[in-house]
Amino acid sequence: MTVVPIRTLVRRPGGIRLSLERWVPALFLAPAVILLVVYLLYPLLSSFRLSLLNWNGLGETGRYVGLDNWVQLRHDPVFWQAVRNNFVLAFFSVLIQLPIALVLAVVLDEAGRGSRLLKILYFLPLLMSSVALGVVFKNVYDPNFGPLNSFLQAVGLADLAQDWLGDPHYALGAVIAVICWQNIPFYMLLFLAGLASFPRELSEAAHLDGATETTIFWRIKLPHLQGTFRTGVLLAVIGSLRYFDLIYVMTGGGPENASDLMATYMYRTVFNAFQLGYGSTVASAMFIIVTAAAALALRLSRRFQTEV
Amino acid sequence: MAERRAFAVSRIAVPVLGLFWLAVTSLPFLFVLFTSLKTAQETFSSPVWALPESLNLGNYVSVLRGFFLIYLRNSVFVIAVSVTLIVLISAMAAYALARLRFRFNKPLFGLIVAGMIVPLHITLVPIYLMTRDLGLYDTPFALIGPYVATSLPVSIFILTEFMRQIPRELEEAAKLDGCGPFTIFLRIFLPLSGPGLSTVAIYNGIALWNEFIFAYVLTSTPQHRTLPLAVWDFQGEYASDIPAMMALVTLTSLPLIVAYGFGQERIIKGMMAGSLKG
Repeated sequence: MTVVPIRTLVRRPGGIRLSLERWVPALFLAPAVILLVVYLLYPLLSSFRLSLLNWNGLGETGRYVGLDNWVQLRHDPVFWQAVRNNFVLAFFSVLIQLPIALVLAVVLDEAGRGSRLLKILYFLPLLMSSVALGVVFKNVYDPNFGPLNSFLQAVGLADLAQDWLGDPHYALGAVIAVICWQNIPFYMLLFLAGLASFPRELSEAAHLDGATETTIFWRIKLPHLQGTFRTGVLLAVIGSLRYFDLIYVMTGGGPENASDLMATYMYRTVFNAFQLGYGSTVASAMFIIVTAAAALALRLSRRFQTEV
Repeated sequence: MAERRAFAVSRIAVPVLGLFWLAVTSLPFLFVLFTSLKTAQETFSSPVWALPESLNLGNYVSVLRGFFLIYLRNSVFVIAVSVTLIVLISAMAAYALARLRFRFNKPLFGLIVAGMIVPLHITLVPIYLMTRDLGLYDTPFALIGPYVATSLPVSIFILTEFMRQIPRELEEAAKLDGCGPFTIFLRIFLPLSGPGLSTVAIYNGIALWNEFIFAYVLTSTPQHRTLPLAVWDFQGEYASDIPAMMALVTLTSLPLIVAYGFGQERIIKGMMAGSLKG
């Protein structure tokens, strides 16, 4: 016996109303879908099309050059330097931000009274625009008038004073420090939310079984946070691969491309060198890299999930 | 024994670490505030970490006499229009995705959610060309389209999850009373989604208030630029007047900090929501 869906058996009264009803979801979705197609999907495809052109942005359209730009990209040392820097940023974001954020979350979780005020103050960097922060820290790092070097001189560590943003060895690291400074509170709140969802009964039960606070932390609380940890790694990696703001404001990718990221290199190629075609190639490659990394990270995090 | 020692360690470590990070967080803010109260001369004659000699508000006055208020007006306009549209459009789409039956519901939702990981920089050049061709270049209107569209994926995601939790009984009762989908959306889903809508508004409002790259690329004159660019334009022009720059940084950050003073918990929750679920 086959089961026939009841809707095909009962014919509804009023055929007109029925056909109108079919369009209701479309009406609700239309504004969102139209905007997403115009400002997200079309530009995405258009970027790949532009990557096949040689165009300075003026004139009607560029000259079609096939895959020439992509071949050039393969042999472009600046692009690969930028890719490397993106991964350096991702690596240090995970390695610096997450552990410090975890420690701070535990501190706030333990602090009880007074933790509310601390939490409110810790959060402030996240409210700042990256341009404002970039300008502030450019002054902090200033080799002549900046407080950082003045501080190092005052405590007798003058040898450590550097031209932080002007030296290719230190520029990327100096900006990464600021990126960490701004984003650590975000991951701290992520962990804090994870800790808040920890069931009290679990630690009470462990207490009754004679477990110490230390054991409870390492053996029960920390494993409980691993889902949060995965989310944090995912967000930090994806955020780092498409990062732009503070690097652009503080160093512009310099000196000598030492702190260039894919996004800053793309920006300069298009808007300073007026190579719209090649810049779009860089943007398209960036899209492929970020999407692939996100897919991989999601997959890996799922695999880890099933192992536990 | 070990237990007691761990307890003692945490009793010392917790306040020490807590205060240490408080210092790390607040020193840059204090540097900005103190420098903004100094005269240009003072920054050269006395050490950077010295307190300002007197409460000198001259820098603030000169910043306020400049283009600051125009940048502020543009920001308020662009953000108010964008956030209103984001909330309305994403609520409509979320209602359809959460409750209406149609064939491509699931794949469409998946596609929209996938939009959250697209690096927005790939859209920059085509959107720049499009804005130029539409004659919107260097107007505040140039920003509204990209701002609304790029905020939609995460907003639709948050609101769809939210609306799925609204009990079905309510809309079934309304259906029996003869209400159509539009009435149900306006009378039941919009009012009951209040917390979700405010989360979406806060999250996007703050992100867009600080947005840099689209504003930088799609506008070019102070008359039409938003607040983050006030700092950018100023540093190009008056790079050596550090106290005035710090006064400007303080003034541009003030609106959000004041708003934060009124509702910290709501803002923290709103800003975390967008990413927690991503």
